[in-house]
Amino acid sequence: METVILLAPLAGAIICGFGWRLIGEQAGMVIATAILFLCMLLSWIVFLGHDGETSRIVLMRFIDSGTLSTDWAIRLDRLTAIMLVVVTTVSALVHLYSFGYMAHDDNWRHGEHYRARFFAYLSFFTFAMLALVTSDNLVQMFFGWEGVGVASYLLIGFYWRKGSANAAAIKAFVVNRIGDFGFALGIFALFYLTDAVSFDVIFGAAPRLAETEIAFLWTSWNAAELIAFLLFVGAMGKSAQLFLHTWLPDAMEGPTPVSALIHAATMVTAGVFLVCRMSPVMEFAPGATAFITWIGAATAFFAATVGLVQNDIKRVIAYSTCSQLGYMFVAAGVGVYSVAMFHLFTHAFFKAMLFLGAGSVIHGMHHEQDMRNYGGLRHKLPWTFAAMLVGTLAITGVGIPLTQYGFAGFVSKDAIIESAFAAGELPVFWLLVAGAAMTSFYSWRLMFMTFWGSPRGDHHTHEHAHESPRTMLMPLAVLAAGSVLAGMVWYNSFFGKEETVKAWFGIPVAEAATDASGDAAGHAPAAEAHAGGDAVHGAAALPGEGAIYIGPDNHVLHDAHYVPAWVRAAPFVAMLLGLAVAFQFYIRRPDWPAALARNQRPLYLFLLNKWYFDEIYDFLFVRSARAIGRLLWKKGDGAVIDGSINGLAMGVVPFMTRLAARAQSGYVFHYAFAMVLGIAILVTWMTLSAGGN
Amino acid sequence: MSNLLSIVTFLPALAAAILALFLRGEDRAAQANAKWLALTATLATFLASLFLLAGFEPANPGFQFVEEEPWIFGLTYRMGVDGISLPFVMLTTFLMPITILACWDVTHRVKEYMIAFLALETLMIGVFTALDLVLFYLFFEGGLIPMFLIIGIWGGKDRIYAAFKFFLYTFLGSVLMLVAMIAMYVDAGTTDIPRLLRHSFDAGPVELMGWQIMGGMQTLLWLAFFASFAVKMPMWPVHTWLPDAHVQAPTAGSVVLAAILLKMGGYGFLRFSLPMFPVASELMAPLVFWLSAIAIVYTSLVALMQEDMKKLIAYSSVAHMGFVTMGIFAANRQGVDGAIFQMISHGFISGALFLCVGVIYDRMHTREIAAYGGLVNRMPVYAAVFMLFTMANVGLPGTSGFVGEFLTLAGIFQVNTWVAAVAATGVILSAAYALWLYRRVVFGDLIKESLKAIGDMTRREKAVFAPLVAMTVLLGVYPSLVTDLIGPTVADLLTRYDTALAAAADAAASLRLAAN
Repeated sequence: METVILLAPLAGAIICGFGWRLIGEQAGMVIATAILFLCMLLSWIVFLGHDGETSRIVLMRFIDSGTLSTDWAIRLDRLTAIMLVVVTTVSALVHLYSFGYMAHDDNWRHGEHYRARFFAYLSFFTFAMLALVTSDNLVQMFFGWEGVGVASYLLIGFYWRKGSANAAAIKAFVVNRIGDFGFALGIFALFYLTDAVSFDVIFGAAPRLAETEIAFLWTSWNAAELIAFLLFVGAMGKSAQLFLHTWLPDAMEGPTPVSALIHAATMVTAGVFLVCRMSPVMEFAPGATAFITWIGAATAFFAATVGLVQNDIKRVIAYSTCSQLGYMFVAAGVGVYSVAMFHLFTHAFFKAMLFLGAGSVIHGMHHEQDMRNYGGLRHKLPWTFAAMLVGTLAITGVGIPLTQYGFAGFVSKDAIIESAFAAGELPVFWLLVAGAAMTSFYSWRLMFMTFWGSPRGDHHTHEHAHESPRTMLMPLAVLAAGSVLAGMVWYNSFFGKEETVKAWFGIPVAEAATDASGDAAGHAPAAEAHAGGDAVHGAAALPGEGAIYIGPDNHVLHDAHYVPAWVRAAPFVAMLLGLAVAFQFYIRRPDWPAALARNQRPLYLFLLNKWYFDEIYDFLFVRSARAIGRLLWKKGDGAVIDGSINGLAMGVVPFMTRLAARAQSGYVFHYAFAMVLGIAILVTWMTLSAGGN
Repeated sequence: MSNLLSIVTFLPALAAAILALFLRGEDRAAQANAKWLALTATLATFLASLFLLAGFEPANPGFQFVEEEPWIFGLTYRMGVDGISLPFVMLTTFLMPITILACWDVTHRVKEYMIAFLALETLMIGVFTALDLVLFYLFFEGGLIPMFLIIGIWGGKDRIYAAFKFFLYTFLGSVLMLVAMIAMYVDAGTTDIPRLLRHSFDAGPVELMGWQIMGGMQTLLWLAFFASFAVKMPMWPVHTWLPDAHVQAPTAGSVVLAAILLKMGGYGFLRFSLPMFPVASELMAPLVFWLSAIAIVYTSLVALMQEDMKKLIAYSSVAHMGFVTMGIFAANRQGVDGAIFQMISHGFISGALFLCVGVIYDRMHTREIAAYGGLVNRMPVYAAVFMLFTMANVGLPGTSGFVGEFLTLAGIFQVNTWVAAVAATGVILSAAYALWLYRRVVFGDLIKESLKAIGDMTRREKAVFAPLVAMTVLLGVYPSLVTDLIGPTVADLLTRYDTALAAAADAAASLRLAAN
């Protein structure tokens, strides 16, 4: 069944991408979509029926060189099962949605076929993403990792007539490659130290890595720290974390369903998945995980600030995605991998829905994306409005404070913020709370500017604004249900009692039981707990048992349930604050935003220009690389190498050239023949005379 | 069949001889005959080589299909293949029919063109199958001549300059190799390569003109071979002949040059430098590492700025060969496996990329990147094929380009992390220049008047690309096809390499002990 889930989308991509000329565009699209719905069904069966036991299916050999031996294989555990439902569900819905969204596209001329190609790319992406999440070794994971990168490249640049789309596509691929550079070095380091690339062996060797030193570049490092750091660099690229985030907003050049599938729900979360997957190594790398926490928190804050002032509806949601990914990394960084996966899971629903809702607005407004030209659309697009409202309630975290009842984002985001506090990372906690306030502000700003107020911009467009077809509204309805329920239904599995979570992730719970019952506050001295676990029970979870590994000293998950009430209420208050300010700015006094932007012009420009990252990078890397390239070419190759090394030869060449020029090409044969003879004679003579000595 | 190897090697030469002796006239019919004969001969050679592949026992690390006959001047004609040379033989026989098919539209001196390619094929296969120094040298140097002619007669505007630059660079490098070969013969008393592989050359330090040479005679011989193979690869900084040669060469010439001729350098390192001069190889490895790492970064940066498509791909070839040299001298299983894999895979990919340039060059007669743009509007099939090979060139997993880069980097990481880190930046830069090229040529709107009527790939062109597409994907998904073939031989090579190094270390230690 898992094999079918993995390979069927590939078959769909091939049938739709190459076969549509035979069977017709519509048929190809229907087949690709039907296959995805089948995968979705199977994935839910796998997910709901999964018992937490890790199993492995080998499909075929892959790279095999000495001890570096890998297979195309499927590793099925809880992490994989979660990702399977996320990927196939969102993908199937996006396929369906695209029937409506891509039906008429002004970017293409009359008679051009583009829809089958679009569906083929979507299916291919799904295959690559599934290969990534089902992998049982790092090499296959890298295959999926780069595969989704290519799919993303193709889809961002889907409108290949647009220069901006092409530029964004290249930027996405190259920036991701910077991350992959780190990822690849991490794989090499792991292979060097453990002589393996398969997860089972690596996880088993993780405790040993923590005690190993490795010489890397200029100095000696703790192996676990170095590997965790290098792998995280890969995750930073894929998940658009601070410093490697610049590609994600530009990626909005792609069609909106792509943004929903790739740049919100699935591909960008691959980095979080990687960190969780490698939890046995991460648990032994306190330095690297602290780095992850801080990068995550900084991204959550930074992206939220930029999101405050963007005017393109998709860019607002893109920065929101970037920010939410930061939250997930904080959870992974402080060691509550289950909570990171929780937010990944719920975020997939509400963020995919926000994007698809935005797509519905854009579709209804004839591809207008600037929110300054929206306004009052709730009457024209009632269903889209309803869905977007649910999405906004979910992402801003509306729920009943101090309980676990609320929209999906309320449950999972608050779990992260509480975990950050429980881990003792106070500055991180405050950054996240501030981020939550800003999330609420920009989300409501988006809603108010789009759906409330009076119509702005071209009134012709507004007159023709129309609700989207049913193929687009149905996915919204499904995702809306997920956005409401996903948090509450799976609360206990991801963020319940420690033993519940461990059982769900397939971790032996012997040690956790002593811990939880022993000390209500969960502050049992680490060494004691460790000793107790090892000596008394002997069945303590080892790295590699279960889908994630929680070190014996890691009690954050447990402690997060015992944080003070004000901590648990803080994100909710922040949310209300953001809502109130947005309400004041965009409903009661719509003239305030412009006035504030005028008064605080430098700050406004700083945020509007995304902290000037693009400009700085362009200057530092793009321009300098081109300048160096030109220098090496003209001066290095031209002047120095050609000038000096073959200076002698070049003295001979003009002479030869004159000879050759005089001789018509027919004579060249004679020269050549003379050369053959000459060489033959030379060789024989020298060999023989040397032999004579 | 005991002389299967000779049949494979000389079948193309036989066809060339038939063409030269019996085909007369320059009319259409004669041209068609020449092409069909060449195609048939190369296909027959490929079929014959399949028997080699079928009869080859991968588990046996020694030479197989060995032929030994007395020859002129008391020399011996000795041929054979092992796990390292067989993939290169297969690569050559596989690519030659494609190459012939790719120059189907040539009208200038077709007969001679076909003869040149057929002769070249024999000489290239000979390089990989020769088991005697003299024979090897003849094939190795002989290959220069048809290539020189292909560039010099059928090339572009500055073909004479490029042809001479190509010839002189490679020839001057080889002269040193010739001297070294003579020295080897004097030292070992044989030109038999299997015997030379078992011979251990003196590695004790020697004085030369007041310089203390570590590794002694081995180092000197190693350097002489290095001069030849480094030019051939080509390695930085002796790479500058390659862009010029590629730019001026006709499409089919570029394909053979990039896909097969460059691999002779890597093959030479594996056949001679590493097994015959282990002490020197270990001694000189850091030099090779850094030249390789510099090559990867340097040529990738230069490629970024090219305005000529062929030059860009030529520079990218140099970068990719950097992974090969790095992997070989990492002297571990992943490094050497990866290096061989990278050479085979680069044969398909670079050949295909030059063919991609050829497709549009045939239509527009320019290689200027700026002259194109928006080709996808009228050439969707071409766009798809070019995309695949662009991605293969940047080492996308799932294509053969990934496996070689990944294994060589995994190999070098175990030896030197600095070099690994510098070389790994190549994966970022290669993405930048390759996608930038693709964008400028294929994407965008079609606005240039001259391109408005350009046609998509013809059926013949599709037939040219189909086998390359198949191999690139097949080897990317199931690389064991190659690694199983080369594995035992590489393992054996490395075992002997390590043993020789250990023995040399012991000898040096006992020498020091004796001196004390």
